[in-house]
Amino acid sequence: MTGADVLLLALGAVAVGSGALVVATRHLVRAGLWLVVCLGALAGDYLVLTAELVAWVQVLIYVGAVVVLLLFAVMLTRAPIGPSDDLDRPGWPAALVGGGGGLGLAVLLVDAFRWSRVDLPAAGTAERLGEQVFRSWVLPFEVLSVLLLAALVGAIVLSRPDIGRPAEPAADEGGRR
Amino acid sequence: MRPVIPYVTAALLFGLGVYGVLRRRNAVLVLMAVELMLNAVNLILVTADTTVRAALPHSGQVFALFVIVLAAAEIGVGLAIVLQLYRLRASVTVDDVPLAEHGPTATGEPASPAPEGATR
Repeated sequence: MTGADVLLLALGAVAVGSGALVVATRHLVRAGLWLVVCLGALAGDYLVLTAELVAWVQVLIYVGAVVVLLLFAVMLTRAPIGPSDDLDRPGWPAALVGGGGGLGLAVLLVDAFRWSRVDLPAAGTAERLGEQVFRSWVLPFEVLSVLLLAALVGAIVLSRPDIGRPAEPAADEGGRR
Repeated sequence: MRPVIPYVTAALLFGLGVYGVLRRRNAVLVLMAVELMLNAVNLILVTADTTVRAALPHSGQVFALFVIVLAAAEIGVGLAIVLQLYRLRASVTVDDVPLAEHGPTATGEPASPAPEGATR
């Protein structure tokens, strides 16, 4: 067990524990806050695995943007403060599928890798990753920009009910503006 | 570095995400569980990048970046749908969503302006 192994074990335990709390807690807001702990532990995992740029992008986009968006949604849907009783369905089918899937995958991966060890490669700095993105993966990168634009337009259209209405209500709303 | 440790972490996180998607009734909590699954896949990609010597260096980390961008787009559109659902039905319980096209509209409003707006 090297230092990296100990760090990976500790961060993995934190990630799995807080992930379990995300899907088990009865407080809506606390689920979002435990998600922050889980994603932060995963960012630490990425740092240990020498993926520097991915770790910082994870902190910026997931912890910074996605969780804040989720917490805004929790507040905009008037979530109650305190525990809610109607959050869950009966649990055993979900526990069967989720536990079976997770433990099955874990057994498969343990069987594939055993207790082997590898040396960590050179760190994935922004320079090296940028070289790869803009040299080998330029086409997927550009397609992703189109997809982000489509998602932006879709979110705006979804959240503005006055876009694309049938003709007669659109007419008087247009006159109002 | 023993690669089995992050791999098993990712497998357990994915199982937790599946459990959350099937168990939770609140749409925002379902989206949080989906985020757990996406992060498990990212951890697999980053770990595979350190263990597999691919022809192109750092492909796994580039893929993880792409998945993060996809997750950001997904959460934006997903939350727009959830908020529209809340506006129409004053509840985000996924069990109550009418799946038929002209299902019973409890609020008496014109049925679902959002999908019509999305198609044109």
